[in-house]
Amino acid sequence: MTLTTFWFIVIAFLWTGYFVLEGFDFGVGALLPLLSRSDADRRQVITTIGPVWDGNEVWLITAVGAMFAAFPAWYAHMLSGFYLPLFLVIIGLIVRGVGLEWRGKVTSRRELALCDAGIVAGSVIPAFLWGAIFGHMLYGTAAAAAVGGALSLTMATLHGAVFVALRTTGPVRARARRAALLVSAGAVPLAAVALPSLPGSSALTVPDWSASPFLWASALAAMATLASGTALIWRRREGWAFAATAGAIVFTTATLFGALWPAPMPGITVMEAASAPYTLTVLTWLGVIALPGVIAYQAWTYWVFRRRVSARSE
Amino acid sequence: MDALDLARWQFGVTTVYHFLFVPLTIGLGVFVAGLQTAWYRRTRKGGDGEHLLRLTKFFGKLFLINFAMGVVTGIVQEFQFGMNWSQYSIFVGDVFGAPLAMEALLAFFLESTFLGLWIFGWERLPRRVHLACLWAAVIGSNLSAYFILAANAWMKHPVGYEVVGGRARMTDLWAVLTNSTALAQVPHVVAGAFVVAGGFVIAVSGYRILREGSGGTAGLWRTSLRGALVMTAIAGIVVAGTGDQSARLLREQQPMKLAAAEGLRHDTSGAPFSVVPGLEVPDLLSLLAAHDPQAVVQGMDDIQRRYAASFGPADYTPNLPVVFWSFRVMIVFGMTTVGLSVLGLWLTRRRRRTAALPRWFARLCVLALPLPTVAIVAGWLLSEIGRQPWTVQGELMTAASVSPGVSLIEVAATLAGFTLLYGVLALAEGVLLMRHIKAGPEPMPVEPVPSDEARLTPTLMY
Ligand code: HDD
Ligand code: HEM
Ligand code: HEM
Repeated sequence: MTLTTFWFIVIAFLWTGYFVLEGFDFGVGALLPLLSRSDADRRQVITTIGPVWDGNEVWLITAVGAMFAAFPAWYAHMLSGFYLPLFLVIIGLIVRGVGLEWRGKVTSRRELALCDAGIVAGSVIPAFLWGAIFGHMLYGTAAAAAVGGALSLTMATLHGAVFVALRTTGPVRARARRAALLVSAGAVPLAAVALPSLPGSSALTVPDWSASPFLWASALAAMATLASGTALIWRRREGWAFAATAGAIVFTTATLFGALWPAPMPGITVMEAASAPYTLTVLTWLGVIALPGVIAYQAWTYWVFRRRVSARSE
Repeated sequence: MDALDLARWQFGVTTVYHFLFVPLTIGLGVFVAGLQTAWYRRTRKGGDGEHLLRLTKFFGKLFLINFAMGVVTGIVQEFQFGMNWSQYSIFVGDVFGAPLAMEALLAFFLESTFLGLWIFGWERLPRRVHLACLWAAVIGSNLSAYFILAANAWMKHPVGYEVVGGRARMTDLWAVLTNSTALAQVPHVVAGAFVVAGGFVIAVSGYRILREGSGGTAGLWRTSLRGALVMTAIAGIVVAGTGDQSARLLREQQPMKLAAAEGLRHDTSGAPFSVVPGLEVPDLLSLLAAHDPQAVVQGMDDIQRRYAASFGPADYTPNLPVVFWSFRVMIVFGMTTVGLSVLGLWLTRRRRRTAALPRWFARLCVLALPLPTVAIVAGWLLSEIGRQPWTVQGELMTAASVSPGVSLIEVAATLAGFTLLYGVLALAEGVLLMRHIKAGPEPMPVEPVPSDEARLTPTLMY
């Protein structure tokens, strides 16, 4: 494997980490009004992601920073090419971030409602737009953007619902389970339409990947894990259901990046976009040293906050 | 007005805005960690540290209100290089991306993850671990400053690279990370951040002392004031020393910026320092910039001629008034704050520990908030506008850096959007901070004991 291939995989890995982790943050934010009947409920829902959302967002910052370093031309064309959608993503992330951090520090009801509105809008908009951007990157059509956006939004929402069901007690937990079942009624058919059409359709940027068994396997695995997530949440196996929805996101992202290889955008191949071997070697050392540590201490965070959030705590 | 102008405005507006919050994160974080450490050490021995805990929580809250804004505005910066400056990104990515990736991997993860642990871990983590979490986050903030400033220093003084096929390629990471410009700039900006944060605490403490007189929680504010005065004074020494170092590097690396900062037209031996236009101190500039009163300092017109000869005809002079005045505002406003802190240290010296702080000084303290903030922004204006028309000194012009495919309308729309949203958020942040400063520290609750049974129910695997 060449360094370029390796770094393409690393970038895919970082985006996967981002979609899995911030995926449930987005879902939790999007479902906030549906899962709560009272202030206490809302606080309970938010507390499930309170300690971790910022650490999750840094996966995006790292993914983008690593693209800048390893594939400058890809970074530059993607960011200037998707100018307005990315502007909206950023606006979403801004209002969501301040909403999350400030909602515990404001004093009036109206301000609290504003923070919550920021959280909801700032979760729904980016969750949709990420799918739309990558869908468009793959096929170059508005229809692909719409399907991609709908898929990423529903998958994130499902993932978030399962996460709340796993991390809370009481009525909120029951509502989250129902919400998960409801959302999967949309997510599963959507995935069943979108994912198989990936390998077979007239890809704009990718000449010959319908032949790739990897992509087929990965697309099938995504659908299987997604469907099993629904079954597991039905049977109240919340931990396993969460593993399944996480797996669905992992396989979907893997399929996506597999499809983007080796020409992620029109006129740009990974080889041409890559930095020189010296830089890639330096980055490899950096990743080898730093990433295991990051994963270890982030995992520790989840361990520290493993206890279910009840309505009274925090 | 074309897309280039608006893209420059957008970069200027969003970066200056980001940097309003950054110094407080860097400096106030260390201050809060210091308070919590003092509390931890005192109470571990069974001493009474309640006032330290209250201060930790009070300033911790202000820190967090500010931190949120630092985070969300930073994301804009990370995306902006690619969105508005795609040609720049393609040219420098090989070199410039590495410190950015390092910043994310080594600094931002540390900062965000451990801050989450600190915020939510008060009753959940052992005290020592909880304190260590804050230190880890604070180290992350300061580390992030190092990496981003090293990237920025490379734009002023590119090293450790070669240009191949119209793209800069890194040849030596170590050279990039130990760039002489970075080694002067990092301590200068970080110490400047400590002056800003120190000034913030001085202002808040002064305000509370004015409000409460000698009653209420006045003892608390004396503690925080003393700590902040010490921090500001020490940081002030570092700022002055590294500022002097920066000026000397300018003479070698960015002569145009130095000449513009002084309004010096022609190459001059024994160059004078103009305090304001018309008032000049002979030889002082040469003395400052080269530590030799007879040294030659290059002047703008002569540099312009030389640059035109080697890089082709163009205007190589930055915006003079902005560069000239921002230099003076930085030094005067910044060093006034440092002077204020030295005065404060004298007024609160050990012998006078019990005497009340004079009210006129408490009033002056409030100035310590705006003064260094203006100084640090002026420093950036000097640094960034003084570099024009280059984005990468001697290698890439700003006009050649911009994204070719992005239209005027797009930049105008996003500039308007950011400005509007930023304006509203600035107002909200100001109100939130002011409200919490007015309310003062919360009374100490009786600490709840977490129930072990709840603590031991793992939920991740069912
Ligand atoms: C001297 C310090 C300094 C400078 C010049 C900059 N920043 Fe910054 N940045 C920080 C110091 C900092 C910080 C102290 O680490 C922040 C501020 C508040 C915070 O939460 O972290 C931060 C936050 C922050 C974040 C969010 C991190 C998170 O989610 O935790 C990003 C993505 C950036 N910055 C990126 C940038 C870029 C691309 C810059 C270049 C224009 C930039 N910053 C200038
Ligand atoms: C946080 C402190 C900073 C402030 C306040 C600041 C401010 C500015 C301003 C005002 C401009 C516009 C100059 C002009 O067009 O006349 C500018 C340009 C620029 N700065 Fe900075 N800057 C900061 C840090 C950085 C850092 C850390 C980097 C790189 C890592 C950077 C990279 C750039 C680039 C690429 C431009 C190009 C746009 C242009 O030249 O107009 N800046 N900055
Ligand atoms: C508290 C006071 C001060 C603050 C907050 C401050 C802040 C800053 C900042 C943020 C920058 C831009 C980053 C950089 O280029 O390094 C800067 C640049 C600079 N500062 Fe200061 N500064 C202060 C005092 C001083 C003093 C006393 C001197 C001179 C003795 C000085 C000399 C310089 C020089 C020469 C530069 C330009 C360096 C360059 O562009 O490469 N500063 N300052």
